[in-house]
Amino acid sequence: MPGILSFGAYIPRLRLQRSAVLAAHGWFNPGLKALAKGERSFANWDEDVVTMAVEAARDCLQGQSRDAVGSMMLASTTAPFTDRQNAGIVKEALNLRDDVATLDFGGSQRAGVSALIQALETAREDRPVLCVGSEKKQDRPGSEAEMTGGHAAAALLVGAGDGLARLVASHSISFDFVDHFRGSGEAFDFSWEARWIREEGYGRIVPLAIRELLAKAALQASDIDVFVFSSSLRGAALSVAKAAGIAPAALVGPLDAGVGDTGAAHPLLLLAHALETADPRQRILVAGFGSGCDVVLLERTEATLAPVRRLGVSGWLARARSEANYVKYLALNGLIDIERGMRAEIDHRQPLSALWRNRKAVLGLVGGRCRKTGTIQFPKSDIGVNANDRAIGTQDDYPLAEIPARILTHTADSLTYTPDPPAFYGMIEFEGGGRIYVDFCDAEASEIEVGRPMRMVFRIKGVDETRGFTKYFWKAAPAA
Amino acid sequence: MATGIRDKVAILGMGCARFGERWDADADNLMVEAYREAIADAGIETSMIDAAWLSVAFDAINIGPSGLAASIALRLNNVSVTKVENYCASGTEAFRGAVYAVASGAVQIALAIGVEKLKDTGYGGLPVRSRGTMSDMIGIVGSAPGHFAQLASAYRVRHGLSRDALKRAMAHISVKSHANGAKNPNAHLRKEIDVETVLNAPMVAEPLGLYDCCGVSDGAACAIVTTPEIARSLGKTDLVTVKALQLAVSNGWELQGSGWGGSYFHTTRIAAGRAYREAGIDDPRSEISLLEVHDCFSITELVTMEDLHISPEGGAVKDVLDGFFDASGPMPCQIDGGLKCFGHPVGASGLRMIYENYLQILGRAGERQRGKPPVLGLSHNLGGMPNQNVAAVAIVGLEGA
Repeated sequence: MPGILSFGAYIPRLRLQRSAVLAAHGWFNPGLKALAKGERSFANWDEDVVTMAVEAARDCLQGQSRDAVGSMMLASTTAPFTDRQNAGIVKEALNLRDDVATLDFGGSQRAGVSALIQALETAREDRPVLCVGSEKKQDRPGSEAEMTGGHAAAALLVGAGDGLARLVASHSISFDFVDHFRGSGEAFDFSWEARWIREEGYGRIVPLAIRELLAKAALQASDIDVFVFSSSLRGAALSVAKAAGIAPAALVGPLDAGVGDTGAAHPLLLLAHALETADPRQRILVAGFGSGCDVVLLERTEATLAPVRRLGVSGWLARARSEANYVKYLALNGLIDIERGMRAEIDHRQPLSALWRNRKAVLGLVGGRCRKTGTIQFPKSDIGVNANDRAIGTQDDYPLAEIPARILTHTADSLTYTPDPPAFYGMIEFEGGGRIYVDFCDAEASEIEVGRPMRMVFRIKGVDETRGFTKYFWKAAPAA
Repeated sequence: MATGIRDKVAILGMGCARFGERWDADADNLMVEAYREAIADAGIETSMIDAAWLSVAFDAINIGPSGLAASIALRLNNVSVTKVENYCASGTEAFRGAVYAVASGAVQIALAIGVEKLKDTGYGGLPVRSRGTMSDMIGIVGSAPGHFAQLASAYRVRHGLSRDALKRAMAHISVKSHANGAKNPNAHLRKEIDVETVLNAPMVAEPLGLYDCCGVSDGAACAIVTTPEIARSLGKTDLVTVKALQLAVSNGWELQGSGWGGSYFHTTRIAAGRAYREAGIDDPRSEISLLEVHDCFSITELVTMEDLHISPEGGAVKDVLDGFFDASGPMPCQIDGGLKCFGHPVGASGLRMIYENYLQILGRAGERQRGKPPVLGLSHNLGGMPNQNVAAVAIVGLEGA
């Protein structure tokens, strides 16, 4: 049977204190007080669905062969491009083989679970499927969704073998049940009354899907050990569990205290979290709700978790920077039009032909290694940089993204424009050779010093707001 | 075997516009201001100029493409005008074009003019611009202080200095240049400051505060050059000749190779070595009389003292604090205020440095004149950033010195 071979996650480092939202909006909507506990995750200005997907995928692919990956699926309702395949960008950033199938999933909150089912259905050959859910939804300031939402990504590697958790059965039902919607080009959701969604939506549709799935698998609700389902409506998940006959104790934690509801990515994120601790032979039921319901039943195998450097949900959860400045959250999420100064006027127009020629360097951080001298450099060039041997045409591709580096020079620039000042950048040198002058991210002034270990991360370099194009490149972040 | 430029070309006349926020002037007004002084100093007519080199770095926001702007502003005699751009080293590059043209014998009298009109950007500091298609994809936008601040981070570690010790030496450099600029009527900034002011200034790019940075200015400077023989035939005595003119350009080693630690300018060291050989200088610390260096930032000036082989490596902090480079010290540096206070109209800066050395050698520098006129004046003009740059070194001096 196909199964999940590996899992990974990514949660942005920034966490907005919900009390800051209440402090800003409580004068208008005192009812927000009921939600104003804990923190929600939010992406920095240079993170989006694609960059978060890349991080989750890297986490998932620790100890796995990237060359083995046969297809790459990305599920999201907030991907940056409507017509430029987002999964294709992730593929380039991960430096996967060119003969992989890539596919974007969207259109509903259950897209993540839909993608997982498709991955399990198609992963019957020798090359596994990388299935990623990623979400960065903009929420209207002062809305309950702003309180309950979060940004994150999760990745699952699905293959033909049983792996960590094998597929038992899956099932899908579809209804045009519109609990909320977001029209094309609209920034925010429009949602209907919570009580109706709770009763007619969650209360009927999810239990129906679960009943039909269990019938397929010839199992009882009491056979479910782990129930992966959550809703931003308080108590809804518990009601669903009860309605479906699943023990309340089987319900996984919703990660609402530190992350929030991450939309299409959330069931995959909770599944990745559950897989960190699931015991052998536990049955895990995953439900994705939205325009119907997708359910998939897995069984944890006897396989032990490989000792890899995966951070997983727990690791990323712990790597948090609490933010009490609500206006900063608004600014970094493009929710407030602040004065950025004239230095922000730079045109980010991307010559697409140049991006295509240099895609391996720009999107994959692939440098060169000289066959003659072993010199490593970024970017590749016809004539090598080695001062003792100007060999011509001797460089092989040399991916640098996973190689640890150390700071050689640095500054914190308060003059240049960046949405999140000051701009940290400097020269770093990779272990084994090669260097790059690069932006730093996720950094505090106290962390930046000569010799500091850094790791490369895929981020937004700039946004061409005139033409709606996002430019990506790699940055260096302080390594854990 | 190349014989070098030493004593083959003489400066016939020089001019320099008042630098600063010249809200009153376009680029052509600034060029005319500098040119009028130079042509009067040279004692020639425009019709005697055979060829011209124009340096400007931000042509896209001021004069536009080509050498036309100089030809039209100065009403040159339909001679060749070559526009050059080599980052902030453009001024020395224009000078090199004119000097080489004369030395080759192809022309008799050549003009080098540098201009920059920067105060039409609407904001302080250098304009934000692209450094090419590849750089736009994989490079750093950053600001000039941000790029040069990198030096301090590496220098501190390389030489085991605390942040405060280095900051204090950097502050001395700015205080010294402000004191010098106060005596220069053409300078952009003419206010004396103290060390505490520098140390307490707002941070621009860690560790560079406001007073560690030169401003950007509008301005123009120019040189008219010819052979020593023609200069004498035109009645000139006490000729100031070109002793050395060297440019070294990064080839990517600092940025992409291995071995450079970020605390110094590889190119400056190369250009300086070549220039001393060309000028026949064995011991620059005792032979050079005056320095004009590219003090875009205090830290740049500090490390440049070592890269020019004036201070021993790691010894610049001591020399700076000892007052070695003060106006009254053994080897004044930036006696005119430097980029820091005279100002930095980018395309003109290299020529402005040579202008100061020329005036000082001839004893014509007014209130800021060095008591004993210098014999050899070195100017160091740098473009780019520490990890990829253009370093230019020019040495001028009395003929036969």
